[in-house]
Amino acid sequence: MTVTEIHKDSTELRMTVTTEWNAPIERVWQLWADPRKLERWWGPPTYPAIVVDHDLRTGGKVSYFMTSPEGEQFHGWWNVIAVEELHRIELEDGFADTDGNVNEALPVTLTTVTFAELPGATRMLIESRFPSREAMDRLIEMGMEEGLAAAMSQIDAVLAGD
Amino acid sequence: MVVDLEGRADENRADVLFHALADATRRDIVLLALREEHSVSDLARRYPMSFAAVQKHVAILERADLVTKRHHGRERIVTARIDSIRDANRLLDEFESVWRHRMEQFGVVLSELDQPAEPPTGAQQ
Repeated sequence: MTVTEIHKDSTELRMTVTTEWNAPIERVWQLWADPRKLERWWGPPTYPAIVVDHDLRTGGKVSYFMTSPEGEQFHGWWNVIAVEELHRIELEDGFADTDGNVNEALPVTLTTVTFAELPGATRMLIESRFPSREAMDRLIEMGMEEGLAAAMSQIDAVLAGD
Repeated sequence: MVVDLEGRADENRADVLFHALADATRRDIVLLALREEHSVSDLARRYPMSFAAVQKHVAILERADLVTKRHHGRERIVTARIDSIRDANRLLDEFESVWRHRMEQFGVVLSELDQPAEPPTGAQQ
C-alpha cells in the first residue's frame, strides 16, 4: 500500500490523500487516461464500473456506471475542469440518473489530482472538496457538539454570575 | 436569507436560541438528545416535573431548531439536530474509505502494468 497520508478537515470538508507509487509518472497517468484501466480501480470491487464516455481534456466529460451485486446501476460523471497532461487533473465528480441527468441529492465533489516525479517513484496527491461548503460551514457553526457544549457552559457561567 | 416557518429572519434566531438554552433542563435535554434519541416520556421520567412541562421544554427546543420530534407509535422521539454535523463527519469518513479502496485497486492495476502478462518480447498492443 502506498497511501502515505490522509488528512481530513471537517470544517472545510476537504480531504487530501497523498500516495506514492514505485512507477514512472507515465504509468500512473495511464490509470486515469485509459478508460479500461480507470474502470478497474474507480468503483468498489463488488460494483464493477464501465466507463462510457472518456474525454480527459479540459472541458471534457467522463461518464460511467457501476452495477451493484443486486444488479442495480449507479451512473456517475466527471466534468473535467482542467487537465495538464502528466501533471494535473481537476474534475467535478457526481452522480446521475439513468438518463444522465445530474442527481443533486448526492454530494458533488471537486477533486484535484497532481502528479510529481520523485527519484524512481511518482507522488500522486488527491485533494477533494465538497463545494456545498457554505451550507456545511453553517451546520458546523450552528451545531458542533463541542462548540455547543462550550457555549452552554459559558451561558451557565454568565447566569451563575447574575 | 433563511427564514423559519413563522417568518422570523436569522437575526431573531440568536434570541430564540439563547432563550432555549437559558434553562438548565432544556440544556440537559439537548445534551441527552445529542448522545441518543429519547422519547418525551423517557425524558419526563428524568426530571421532577410533569410530562406537560417537559413537553413544553421540548417544544421550545424544537422552535430553536435544536431538536426535532417525530412520532414512533404512541411515542414522540426527540433527536438533536446537531446530528447534521455528525453526518458531515460520517460523509468524510465514508469518502476516506472510498479513496482507500480506490488506491488499493490502483496499486493492483499499476503493478500489472509493471509486470505485463505477455512476455517482454511480445507484440505491442
